[in-house]
Amino acid sequence: MTAFFTGKAFSVFITFLAFYAAQRLYLRFRYFWLNPVLLAIVGLMAFLSLSGIRYEDYFQGGQIISFFLGPAVVALGVPLYVQLEEIRKRGRAILVSMAVAAVVGVVSAAGTAALLGASAPVVASIAPKSVTTPIAMGIAEKIGGIPSLTAAIVIATGILGAVIGPGFLRLMGVRNPVAFGLAMGAASHGIGTARAVEEGEAQGAAGGLAICLNGIATALVTPALVKLVMLWAR
Amino acid sequence: MLIRSLCIIFFFLALGDGVSFALSLPVPGNVIGMMLLTFSLCRGWVDLKSVKPAADLLVQNMAFFFVPPGVGLLLYLDLLSREWVPIVVAYGVSTLAVLVGVGWVMQKMERS
Repeated sequence: MTAFFTGKAFSVFITFLAFYAAQRLYLRFRYFWLNPVLLAIVGLMAFLSLSGIRYEDYFQGGQIISFFLGPAVVALGVPLYVQLEEIRKRGRAILVSMAVAAVVGVVSAAGTAALLGASAPVVASIAPKSVTTPIAMGIAEKIGGIPSLTAAIVIATGILGAVIGPGFLRLMGVRNPVAFGLAMGAASHGIGTARAVEEGEAQGAAGGLAICLNGIATALVTPALVKLVMLWAR
Repeated sequence: MLIRSLCIIFFFLALGDGVSFALSLPVPGNVIGMMLLTFSLCRGWVDLKSVKPAADLLVQNMAFFFVPPGVGLLLYLDLLSREWVPIVVAYGVSTLAVLVGVGWVMQKMERS
């Protein structure tokens, strides 16, 4: 019996079930904090703890699902290509904004964490927190972070940006639709972009663009910036 | 159709991993694969229609794929309870900083 509950098929099944149930719940109530990913993760954590199934056993099946993060990132190249015309029109402004996003995002996150005494793996895990989860996890893995901690922080960042982002941007006087969408996508990736879409089409497209471009920019700058932050913090 | 587009996507993923490994780049192979795919679409080496079925499927359901690693947080609950202050402050500060940084820079450059 134990072999059944620790088998790959069972792990894959409960992951699908948890996400499906979470999605249903979200679509039913539409509260932002009922984020399906967050709900599914919390539900599965509770289930594993209560049933006594070890995470190592669960992940034997779980990694079959998470493997698809790799091709999903590659697939982001398609929306990026589709939006390329838009990038060309506003090329310089968008590229400068995304460079700002990557540097500010990594330095502020890693710097603050290091300053407050976080350990090196935690600093490395939090550094890429603004970009979409699969890219962030890839970066964290490369620089000695903990990918699952990164995944949790990335999701939390997405939710925070989606909730307070629009109000905060208005407060700061950001009214231009493209600037608004880019900021939402750059600060809180897909979850923030989903919120930006509600503001309008231009905001949504800009958010999608920011996910791709900030993902690339952050992947390029994070290793060097985290090294600098660690040297400075010591 | 789906098989052909999956074939293309996995080709670029494998290529990206290979490039990342061969040049020992700090950038993950999937990001390199994404850049190479975009570049190939621009050059017309890859047709948009031939890659779209799998790309749409993967992008639209991306959220699902990071559930299992997220559950892995179970292993780090004690780390989290020890270091939650720097983690929470850093992520809050940084999220606001990126929002306002990008918003201001883009708005300024759009006006000029």
